[in-house]
Amino acid sequence: MKPAPFDYYAPKTVDEACALLAEAGGGATVLAGGQTLLPLLALRMSQPFILVDINRIASLKGVSRANGATRIGPILRQNEAIADTTLRQTLPVLVTATQHVGHHQTRNRGTVGGSIALGEPAAELPATAVALGASVEARSVRGVRRIRAEDLYLGPYATSLEPDELITSIEFPDGPADAIPVFREVAQRPGDFALIGLVGSLAFDSGRISRAGLAWFGMGPTPMKARQAEQALIGQSLAGLDVRAIAELAVADTEPFDDRHASAEYRRTVGRRIFARTLSDALDVRNAA
Amino acid sequence: MSEHRIDVTINGRRQQTTVEGRKTLSDFLRIDAGYTGVHVGCEHGVCGACTVIVDGLAVRSCLMLAVQADGSAITTVEGLAPVDGSLHPVQQAMRDEHALQCGFCTPGVVMTFAALTSGPDKPDAEGLLDALSGHVCRCTGYQGIRRAARKLASDGGTERS
Repeated sequence: MKPAPFDYYAPKTVDEACALLAEAGGGATVLAGGQTLLPLLALRMSQPFILVDINRIASLKGVSRANGATRIGPILRQNEAIADTTLRQTLPVLVTATQHVGHHQTRNRGTVGGSIALGEPAAELPATAVALGASVEARSVRGVRRIRAEDLYLGPYATSLEPDELITSIEFPDGPADAIPVFREVAQRPGDFALIGLVGSLAFDSGRISRAGLAWFGMGPTPMKARQAEQALIGQSLAGLDVRAIAELAVADTEPFDDRHASAEYRRTVGRRIFARTLSDALDVRNAA
Repeated sequence: MSEHRIDVTINGRRQQTTVEGRKTLSDFLRIDAGYTGVHVGCEHGVCGACTVIVDGLAVRSCLMLAVQADGSAITTVEGLAPVDGSLHPVQQAMRDEHALQCGFCTPGVVMTFAALTSGPDKPDAEGLLDALSGHVCRCTGYQGIRRAARKLASDGGTERS
């Protein structure tokens, strides 16, 4: 099908974009990479009056470092993120997660910010942002505010962003330099949405786990932070860690659903197993180091 | 509804024209510009048949608006083969390996391989086969296409199938 008619604007500055969103009073949609929005438009599941294309706003591009954090411009393409030397150094988990987003061809257009703003519950990047304690800067004509990723997601495709707000940057705080990346995804085919996914990082201090940031995707209506498991892991030494018990705690913080691809019970079962396996692998990496 | 001036270069030919905001790049290339080698299968980003090269990168042309291509250089399958009638290396490899049957998905596959193998950082077989996951072929069972991919890879296809 063809998209329903809309007015198209391609502002050159954030201020212009925010003015357009404010004027539209909720009738506008932001176009970033378009790899989810264009299908929604073509299927007429989304019929905005106004499309605000942010791809020509130069200040929304790029990766920078400031105050112990990595700042990502929202229209950084997913394939640019994968190739970015700063991100490879500071956020290897984000790079790995991004390699699992869609296909090569969609990653050439799809953006990091677009995926984070959309809040698809089975997508890799929202969960990565939640696991790593990222936050987004949201700007509107009313001002600027910072929203923690874990406060951003309310439900499938529903976020706490107001209709007139635009994400102008995503900030990932630095973790400890020797943190071990965690990423595991179960999908029917490469490039498909995850049935079950786990992402995050673990850090160690004198043989004990000092920081744990872990979140699930595909395991509930939003990215699900594995809070109980994170807390149970802190302070644990490697020897004698009850991996199975912690895996049980980890799935306790999920709300998986039945769909035509998998039942909730299947998701929980596989979730427990990949959690235990991923934790064991991470500990092996640590032991080998 | 809005109309927009765009200035694009398609297969080396510059065109200045007007498009409606909602027109996809795939419809623009096929209907307005006449490049019907751009095949539209699903029209919502699943099948990969409409893949073209925009500013050096393989993208799904149904997932981009024509107006977004303003200022870009686009290559469709019509722009690949040299004028002397020989084939582009990707087309030759596809032909040698019998990598098509009905041919509907072929232009998209060819454009992905062409985009990835034209630059200095040619991917290995694994990289090309990973990119092939962005295309749906309902005839071939992919084996011929995979052989073509291995032939085109920087490592000459040492990867196991």
